[in-house]
Amino acid sequence: MDHASHDASDYAPPNELGEMELYHPKTFLGKYVWSQDAKVIAIQYSITAIAIGIVALVLSWLMRLQLGFPNTFTFINPSNYLQFVTLHGMIMVVYLLTALFLGGFGNYLIPLMVGARDMVFPYLNMLSFWIYLFAVLLLCASFFVPGGPTGSGWTLYPPQAILEGTPGSREGIILMLLSLMCFIVGFTMGGLNYVVTILQARTRGMTMMRLPLTIWGIFMATILALLAFPALFVSALMMLLDLCLGTSFFMPAIVSLGRPGEHVGGNPLLFQHLFWFFGHPEVYIVALPAFGIVSDLISVHARKNIFGYRMMVWAIVIIGGLSFVVWAHHMYVSGMNPYFGFFFATTTLIIAIPTALKVYNWVLTLWRGNIQLTIPMLFALGFMFAFIHGGLTGLFLGNVTVSVPLSDTMFVVAHFHMVMAVAPIMVVFGAIYHWYPKMTGRLMNVKMGKIHFWVTFLGTYAIYLPMHYLGFLGVPRRYFAIEGTSFIPDSVQYLNASITIAALIVGVFQAIFLYNLVWSYFKGEPSGDNPWKATTLEWQTEHTPPIHGNFGETLPPVYRWAYDFSVPGVKEDFIPQNVAPKDVVYENTPTTPHGTRAS
Amino acid sequence: MSILKSLMAKPWVAEQVVLDNRYPGDASERLVKRLALKVFLAVVAVLFILLIVAYAGRMGYSDWRPVPQLSLLWVNTGALLLASLAFELTRYALAHHRLQTMRVSLLAGGALTMVFLFGQMLAWRQLTTMSYFDITIPAIGFFYILTGLHALHMVGGLFVWGNTVPKVWNNFDPIRVKQTVDLCATYWNFLLLVWVVMFGLLFSGDNLDALLKFCGIK
Repeated sequence: MDHASHDASDYAPPNELGEMELYHPKTFLGKYVWSQDAKVIAIQYSITAIAIGIVALVLSWLMRLQLGFPNTFTFINPSNYLQFVTLHGMIMVVYLLTALFLGGFGNYLIPLMVGARDMVFPYLNMLSFWIYLFAVLLLCASFFVPGGPTGSGWTLYPPQAILEGTPGSREGIILMLLSLMCFIVGFTMGGLNYVVTILQARTRGMTMMRLPLTIWGIFMATILALLAFPALFVSALMMLLDLCLGTSFFMPAIVSLGRPGEHVGGNPLLFQHLFWFFGHPEVYIVALPAFGIVSDLISVHARKNIFGYRMMVWAIVIIGGLSFVVWAHHMYVSGMNPYFGFFFATTTLIIAIPTALKVYNWVLTLWRGNIQLTIPMLFALGFMFAFIHGGLTGLFLGNVTVSVPLSDTMFVVAHFHMVMAVAPIMVVFGAIYHWYPKMTGRLMNVKMGKIHFWVTFLGTYAIYLPMHYLGFLGVPRRYFAIEGTSFIPDSVQYLNASITIAALIVGVFQAIFLYNLVWSYFKGEPSGDNPWKATTLEWQTEHTPPIHGNFGETLPPVYRWAYDFSVPGVKEDFIPQNVAPKDVVYENTPTTPHGTRAS
Repeated sequence: MSILKSLMAKPWVAEQVVLDNRYPGDASERLVKRLALKVFLAVVAVLFILLIVAYAGRMGYSDWRPVPQLSLLWVNTGALLLASLAFELTRYALAHHRLQTMRVSLLAGGALTMVFLFGQMLAWRQLTTMSYFDITIPAIGFFYILTGLHALHMVGGLFVWGNTVPKVWNNFDPIRVKQTVDLCATYWNFLLLVWVVMFGLLFSGDNLDALLKFCGIK
């Protein structure tokens, strides 16, 4: 078969159906606050997620201050240290990354990239954001209730989470559970929109296998989230009932602080199973959109079609499916049957195959590409380093025999931060630098971007590389202080101090990014419609930033896949998806005044 | 095109390009709503499956005591079954332009659902008055959470029903109403199925022993 999409039929069928009716707001509030436009909702989601993410970043500083310089900061005590750990983890995983990737990038990119006017249920989409905001506010409220927020760790394991003695074991945990339930309800509304829009609102010619990998990543992650979040919803509801009504779903008969408890017959392990049935897919809810976005960043900025597009799609689908059968690898030390351990270790290692395939394909896309070291490309490369690093340590932790001695050590913290924090955050930054020109019409400042990249990339390595070593030494996680432990050498303290300093520097330098966002909005260089010469539909809108309704009078028909870069014989090194074969300009070919090839 | 066939396509190949260019895009509003309902039902199904698995898992323990039989639930089941049939009749009547039958059966569907919900509330109350009642017994907790979540979904359905009823009087667009009635009927059938499974599970006593042993739970 010829590899000649540019040489194919010009035919695109006419619209068979009337277009969706758009809601047109007339007031400022309708346009920017109670907006039903997916792009505005995306920005609302992003601002909220970044704002709460900054809170989580500050919490991580407080934790690190205690670990790096113990007994120095008197306002940090064991209770609020545990509260910082808990809130940092939960906010980063759920309220920042999930919300930003799906609510932020999902809302902005899905309608634009599939060639739709908006999401199919705009009102529901708006509701989704407001419920998310309410969930965030509920979570924040827990800082101000008696006892403060919960300090049970981000996994919220019962019975500890609701037993007297644990910080925030009353109002704090109630607010956390209610907030999570609200988040899930809100997300379900948004998730329905994403899935249905991708499946049913694609423009003419946009088949599923012509979708950019960004959309495939978001699509699969949304399906995972829709199927995994009910587990968290159920476990939150059951724990809430255990706490408030005295049921015994998770709470066993227990003697607490010398007194027999009210509960009998609950099963704490049931919570762990439910939590991790959500928790492990959650890793991929964050990772799959990152995989998709980074594929597009690499392809665009290396001016080369993505290597193995079909395999990339299959890998996304297979990883999504497998992510539901690996959850108990988080529970190797829970006393499970060794055969279960064997099963979950095997499935965990199997999931490495499609994941490795994606890594190879990214590398092969770069191979002999015309690599442009733009800021998005730098962050994409940074992602690859962090992800390969975190992925390899995942192989250690997936094996029962290696995982058991490393359980609850700093090695685990280092692993999941590399794979689930640094790697996706690199993609978030890369994506913002990449799509910022479309959202504002201006390019972000390159100098500030480079400083931001190098400090973040090297800084995160300075944080997490030594942390692996601490884990090997047996330094436990979640401990307020580790003095006087015979097997931990004193030198550990020097490493802890250096990690803290690196964390503070990396955190402070994020201010450059925030400043760049604001500065570039007013003073950035005008970008034009398609500064990266990308092929996908969001870059082909009539206006930049795109107006309500996204495209002009008619939706653009699609004639090719999303990766026609550097096609031999074609004048430009990219062909947008909506350019008809007759409009492609070839090298050394006389063209008409309208850019079409003279026949 | 099947999912597998779709995933096998090579979008960069000339022959495939010609095929892909024929894709007409944008589905109708009917298909969009239908798909949305299917996705939503999948989410709800996962929610109940997880609860049912958790319930079955807890049944495997030696201290398990099931909830006592409540005969009222048989009546409630009958009411929900009739409600579901009423929605099927509404769908049939609308398809055959029997508007009066359609209106009556639509009203009956909602009314029977309210009977079901009222019956469930009586059952919740009845259980609290029994000497057996102790909220710390896991089976009791499961009974309330399962029936409560199911009832909550029924209330959601009634909300849509309440929006539909005023639309079937005077001059109305039968195509638009047909779409809502179709979706309601599917939703009610689904919740009936969920209820039947839960009803069987909650009041199976020790009859599920063999199944639990087969699954390795007991």
